[in-house]
Amino acid sequence: MAQVASITLMLNDDARPIIESILADNTGVRVLNMTGAVKLDRDESIVINRASVEERLGRPWDPQEIHLVLISMAGNLDEDDDQFTLSWRH
Amino acid sequence: MSGAKKLGLKQRYAHMTRGLDWETTYQPMDKVFPYDRFEGIKIKDWSAWEDPFRLTMDTYWKFQAEKERKLYAVLDSFAQNNGQTGVSDGRYINVLKLFLTGISPEEYQAHRGFAFAGRHLRGVGPRVAAQMQSLDELRHVQTQIHTISHYNKYFDGLSEFRHMHDRVWYLSVPKSFFDDARTAGPFEFMIAIGFAFEYLLTNLLFVPFMSGAAYNGDMSTVTFGFSAQSDESRHMTLGIEVIKFLLEQHPDNLPIVQKWVDKWFWRGHRVLGLVAMMMDYMLPKKVMSWKEAWEIYFTEAGGSLFTDLARYGLKVPKYADVATAEAEHISHQNWAIFYQYTHAAGFHTWMPDAEHLDWLSAKYPDTFDKYYRPRWELWAKLEKEGKRFYNNALPQLCQCCQIPMGYTEPGDPTTIAFRSSTYKDQKYHFCSDGCKDIFDNEPDKFVQAWLPVHQIFQGNCGGATVPDVLAWYRMNVGADNMDYVGSPDEALWNEWHAEKLRKAV
Repeated sequence: MAQVASITLMLNDDARPIIESILADNTGVRVLNMTGAVKLDRDESIVINRASVEERLGRPWDPQEIHLVLISMAGNLDEDDDQFTLSWRH
Repeated sequence: MSGAKKLGLKQRYAHMTRGLDWETTYQPMDKVFPYDRFEGIKIKDWSAWEDPFRLTMDTYWKFQAEKERKLYAVLDSFAQNNGQTGVSDGRYINVLKLFLTGISPEEYQAHRGFAFAGRHLRGVGPRVAAQMQSLDELRHVQTQIHTISHYNKYFDGLSEFRHMHDRVWYLSVPKSFFDDARTAGPFEFMIAIGFAFEYLLTNLLFVPFMSGAAYNGDMSTVTFGFSAQSDESRHMTLGIEVIKFLLEQHPDNLPIVQKWVDKWFWRGHRVLGLVAMMMDYMLPKKVMSWKEAWEIYFTEAGGSLFTDLARYGLKVPKYADVATAEAEHISHQNWAIFYQYTHAAGFHTWMPDAEHLDWLSAKYPDTFDKYYRPRWELWAKLEKEGKRFYNNALPQLCQCCQIPMGYTEPGDPTTIAFRSSTYKDQKYHFCSDGCKDIFDNEPDKFVQAWLPVHQIFQGNCGGATVPDVLAWYRMNVGADNMDYVGSPDEALWNEWHAEKLRKAV
């Protein structure tokens, strides 16, 4: 069975550009809609690109701002100024 | 300005946290940190600790302040708009009663436990992370009390939550879980709460259940729930870093850590049986069944995690297969216990209506109609005939999890499971192999368990009769306890509902 990387975000205006950029940048991502929240799953890894979020948001975005809308996640985290990646690769 | 490049996040974090720690000189390090050796964990290099979020204290305060501002704006708005009248049904409030009496006080225990770990771990990395988590947990208990205090103006069963937590029989289940963790050493505490509870199990509590609060119109609870859960991602990361760090530091740590993972997985599974019941029986509008939540958050998420940890030699927790099989039964068996003892519970119970029974049949096609529907139909029939069933005997409790011995044998849902051990000429009883193993590994700890039923029989709980004990619980008899139907809560809810209909005409 493939290892599933996963991120759950609040479903609100702050999170929408992040959700959209995940959907655009990760092929094969699976979406579980819950009331007030959305869970995004993908085999092996999920990446959030700063540039991709900024394009949708129309302002500079610091990947650490994700703390304001993050509900849960699975996978090993690698974060820097340009991206936020959850992955089971080593 | 020269063309010097701004430092990246990783470099900034390294500079911000470098040199926060030092070797003490007035006192030897072993005296300053007296608790991080006796558990047998071997640490060669504390500086190998990594915080993948690289959150500095400065950033931490900034984001937490922002989260609080958002949360309190919602709470104000909920109160100003009489949000309590807009929830799905009056029954819904009972999940808040169980949450406030059973879970919020544990947030406070987690606060104290992480404050202890944040003082007594020798390495600066985990100390800073534990201190942040300690502050988070204090924030959680405060926001939960603040949110639910609004409901306390209208509904019963909430006002004595702190008093009840230390006395009422079923609240001893989560209480003993945290008492056990807090009386362990700092490493076991980190595995118990940081890894087993936060990483493996907390999603089951805060994600589908809080989404359920939103679905039931409780905007205030979902907001504190998700606000708390945004801290949990950091806690989960701390939990997983702890386990990787311990396993990477020394091969001798593996058997100790494995034993803790087995123990705390099983204890957590037992505590979360209360959440199973909240999801399958107490949310008037349901988001997913306990079994579905277990598949997503334990089978799938836990499966990915333990595949990853296999490279250190760590195995899936012992009895994970038993726990997964129990996901078919645990919510029903718990609801049956509370229904029988509704006179001693601080929230209301009810038998599911026809639509709810059909939902349960659909969600549990292999078990519900066969084992549980007939019992619910019989009890509903007895209610109609004025012969509502109460269990007036005090139950035998499991010495480990403290839950009444109502669970069934693995693979045989019509036979109650009993296990026992003899220690120093005394016999102790358990609900399962998982609980028996925990006792057998630490009998000197678990013989001291404060078991509510034993305490009643020993005369330590206000007296020998049920009314004496309920008075000692500070339970407002006839309002806090018994069935929802006929309760003051129901009367108030019906009055609000009738008023809405009158105004709509």
